[in-house]
Amino acid sequence: MADELKTPLLDELEKGPWPSFVTDIKSMAETKEMPRDLLRQLEKSYEDKRGYWKHGGLVGVMGYGGGVIGRYSALPEEFPGVSHFHTVRVNQPSGWFYTSDAMREIIDIWDAHGSGLYNMHGSTGDMVLLGTRTEELEPTFQALTEKGWDLGGSGSDLRTPSNCVGPARCENACYDTMEMAYQLTHNYQDELHRPMFNYKFKIKMSGCPNDCTASIARSDMAVIGIWKDDIKVDKEEFAKYIDDGFNVKEFVVEKCPTQCISVEGKEISIDNSNCVKCMHCINRMPKALSVGDEKGFAINIGAKAPIVEGALFAQSIIPFMQIKDGDYAGLYDLIERIWEFWDEHGMARERIGEFIERVSLATFLEGVGLEPLPTMVKAPRDNPYIFYEEYFADEDAGEGEE
Amino acid sequence: MGDISVDQLAEDCYAIVAENAGQKKVKAGDLQKAMAAKYGDQIGRADVKAAIKQLMDSGRTVYGYFGGSSIELPHKEAAENQ
Repeated sequence: MADELKTPLLDELEKGPWPSFVTDIKSMAETKEMPRDLLRQLEKSYEDKRGYWKHGGLVGVMGYGGGVIGRYSALPEEFPGVSHFHTVRVNQPSGWFYTSDAMREIIDIWDAHGSGLYNMHGSTGDMVLLGTRTEELEPTFQALTEKGWDLGGSGSDLRTPSNCVGPARCENACYDTMEMAYQLTHNYQDELHRPMFNYKFKIKMSGCPNDCTASIARSDMAVIGIWKDDIKVDKEEFAKYIDDGFNVKEFVVEKCPTQCISVEGKEISIDNSNCVKCMHCINRMPKALSVGDEKGFAINIGAKAPIVEGALFAQSIIPFMQIKDGDYAGLYDLIERIWEFWDEHGMARERIGEFIERVSLATFLEGVGLEPLPTMVKAPRDNPYIFYEEYFADEDAGEGEE
Repeated sequence: MGDISVDQLAEDCYAIVAENAGQKKVKAGDLQKAMAAKYGDQIGRADVKAAIKQLMDSGRTVYGYFGGSSIELPHKEAAENQ
């Protein structure tokens, strides 16, 4: 079999210093038809400069509208091994913590029912099992659920919530990202498995403004840990940085975006009222500086990658929120108000960020019942010829007083 | 929920999906709006969600995906390979 696999163009992708997916797939092509035909079809695509996949459309498991992405080869006679090549998304554990036994479990299932190829992880966070046939979908699903796994989201649904490791391994975590991802995933099982939105909706949770899940750029709803009080300073540890020759002025003071740090000898002073919580100083001097004690999270909404419209960053709608005594009711209420308004007035394939751009932030806030705040301002207004009724009301009132 | 049962809503939803089969992709939101228009305050969003769930779990309808998720009658895809 091995001598039939001639892939000169793909072989070029093995020559660099970096790991090669071609090498990985070849390692399985000796024993399985699906990886072998996958390489052969890909080589043909490179030769012909066109893709040979057809969207599968209507494949999945009974009752679920997400979790399976259907693909068929457009050349099934030539490449029968990939005639069907469906992808299965498996809901990852919070923070991507696995035992080696759990990983073996997944891989054994996929070796038995699919190509054996997988990605750890997709951009939403799921484990992505690549390539199986339609008749293997239900058996795969059954094998996964028997071991306690479930499918993730796909299509116009709530995509699998994902989070950073949070307090499990990180001292900067301002809230329990692991717990929140777990709670959201369980509370919104219907929304995750049964597409009911205008388009996809991603929630990502980062424990601090370092935003290790890149939620601010990659999720419709970014939940980012934040603190309200002052950065904590360990004076002894700070002095050690100075004693060890660390150039605080160059690497910290001058890099502070709001210039709110000053250093005199071995003393550091921070004007916390001007701190924007960029995390730079804490990241550079983690032993001396740490996040404050009054911790919570901010909610930002509307990020997306460029597909229909251009890329969008999320913008703040809730500057500070806390989960107290494990009560998520307030967060659920907010999420459901957002979904309801977007569902009612959004257009098909319109992400929430695009929706807000279309209807305006003011309309959106009114629709979901939020008060406008200065923190919601993304940029200074660039048109000076805007007048509000309140201005005239103030003027009228002022005239009377004068 | 008033006198309108989930079974009744499921039948109403199924009728809309069947009526539009092959012509228009029906989305969950379309069914929500149609049921709200028909029954008003007698039903809530959760009732329609339950009705759709019943249709899916029974296999009378399936989820499709072409430019957004839709609710469809089971059928063979044109793209499907044997």
